[in-house]
Amino acid sequence: MTGPALSVRRRPWLSAAVAVGGAAVLLGWLGNGALGAAFWVLTLLVWLAAWRLAAQLAEMPLRARSAARIRDVAVPLLFGLTLLLLWELLTRGLAVPRILLPPPSEIAATFAASLPILWADFAQTFLKAVLAGYVLGCGAGFLVALLVDRSPFLKRGLLPIGNLVSALPVVGIAPVMVMWFGFDWPSKAAVVVVMTFFPMLVNTLAGLDAAGAMERDLMRTYAAGHGATLVKLRLPAALPFVFNALKINSTLALIGAIVAEFFGTPIVGMGFRISVEMGRMNTDMVWAEIWVAALAGSLSYGLLSVVERLSTFWHPSYRKR
Amino acid sequence: MATLNPPLAAPGSGVGRSVLRRLGESSALPILAVVAVLILVWYAGAVLLNWQTEGDRLVSAGAPYTGLDHVLATWSAKRPVLPAPHQIAVELWTSIATVRPTSPRSLLFHAWVTLSSTLVGFAIGTGLGILLAVGIVHSRVLDKSLMPWIIASQTVPILAVAPMVIVVLGNLQITGLLPKAVISTYLSFFPVTVGMLKGLRSPDVMHLDLMHTYSASRAQILGKLRLPAALPFLFASMKVAIAAALVGAIVAELPTGAVAGLGARLLAGSYYGQTAMIWAALVAASVMAGLLVWIVGRAEQIVLRRTGGRA
Repeated sequence: MTGPALSVRRRPWLSAAVAVGGAAVLLGWLGNGALGAAFWVLTLLVWLAAWRLAAQLAEMPLRARSAARIRDVAVPLLFGLTLLLLWELLTRGLAVPRILLPPPSEIAATFAASLPILWADFAQTFLKAVLAGYVLGCGAGFLVALLVDRSPFLKRGLLPIGNLVSALPVVGIAPVMVMWFGFDWPSKAAVVVVMTFFPMLVNTLAGLDAAGAMERDLMRTYAAGHGATLVKLRLPAALPFVFNALKINSTLALIGAIVAEFFGTPIVGMGFRISVEMGRMNTDMVWAEIWVAALAGSLSYGLLSVVERLSTFWHPSYRKR
Repeated sequence: MATLNPPLAAPGSGVGRSVLRRLGESSALPILAVVAVLILVWYAGAVLLNWQTEGDRLVSAGAPYTGLDHVLATWSAKRPVLPAPHQIAVELWTSIATVRPTSPRSLLFHAWVTLSSTLVGFAIGTGLGILLAVGIVHSRVLDKSLMPWIIASQTVPILAVAPMVIVVLGNLQITGLLPKAVISTYLSFFPVTVGMLKGLRSPDVMHLDLMHTYSASRAQILGKLRLPAALPFLFASMKVAIAAALVGAIVAELPTGAVAGLGARLLAGSYYGQTAMIWAALVAASVMAGLLVWIVGRAEQIVLRRTGGRA
């Protein structure tokens, strides 16, 4: 679809050299004050070089599977690094007030300096509230789906309601839960339970219907009972749906726990830290906390993807790789 | 009647049963049953949760009371732990019907504040989502470099950033509607981008080849083949996006000191222990979410019928 490959295949090393060298010069320049027009021209040049490098990498015809995989990681990484560099250059070059947007180097420094606090918040919010709520909510949703599945009447009644509730702003029950379960982590876990329950219920119910009629008939000819059909056919067929719910819920859970902390919390926790440090205008600390949240979110998502890959290796969507 | 196979066309045979069966096969009856059970559970829950506090109140009042009095008291408590459904209905009624819609005591006023930022955020988010999808479909560089970050952006609990966005934009003298809309935008662009991308790539190779034989330009392929093919995907993701935009708007109202909006109502209710107020705001938010999704669904039907789809 894109233009002739010849034009971009030329000399990726040149753009790489310009990008890396230019970036080094620019970062050195920042320390020496006095930035002129040349600084911004060079910034633009580095940006273009990085863009060109990304294009060259993306267009590169790679036969070897491993090389293609490295490329698939390298291109977005390059994009991210460019973004970080531009962020650093713009905030420091234009002397953006620290309250508005601190440069990444400063956030990293804050991050490194306040590791104990960040870890305490992480333990309070993620290890206690999110994990407990996530396991309870997803487990309950899954089990209830298995039960409801036995009654078509209940299924027809619950499915539309479950779908509706999945679209509702469930985070809103946070103040109620804080009132019921107190300020500490159980109230946050309760919010997470309610938020994760319905997506799991709806997805599992949909997944249990995913097995084809042919396979079901086959199980019937084997005289397999409900239990055997469930374990050997329908649950494996439902796995992609279940993992979809697990992934959706991993983000929802973190959001639920953090937002619930805005309504009242002991003096530790990620949501608490964010609102307090924001009140003190310590934006770098807020950003450090956001990095923790982003890291936790991405890692749990990645972990789920790996587990999904291992347990649903038979699924057609993985075949082409 | 005792025959094993009654004639199918016998006049009047099994009319009553067929009506019942039709009711059972449509989802109206099951839904009503589930809702009825939920309401019963709610009343039971109200008794359980309010039992202690109301008991204490009745004892301190000194007058003798029966078990029935106690149960009734749990359903009409002044400051219930869990208000009974009819108390929420009363709260909804007084805050909607008995005050002017423009006064800050009216729930309609707060709902409107939330709705306006939801809609602005949703509109911007949808536009951004479509633009990104069009860009990604046409540029391999964007596809390779941007797409992983778009997915990663959603593993960041953006709502956690809401307070910062609000304060930062407030420092830039941007207050009111826009900061909340920014949060809604961030939440709603993602489903649209992903859905739209799927839709833009949905035309099969045959159709694309046909466009090539017509020597159609990229813009023509986009306008005449890809966009129409993407419409069903767009609407499906818009339903998700508008619900997400509403959540964004509500949460964005929390950290601003909460002056107006359903989120502010939640916060005020939790500060003053007015549980009925919290639940009324929750019901209002739920109704709004349902309505918004329904409107998008209607728009989908109309548009797809106009464009000759089978919806």
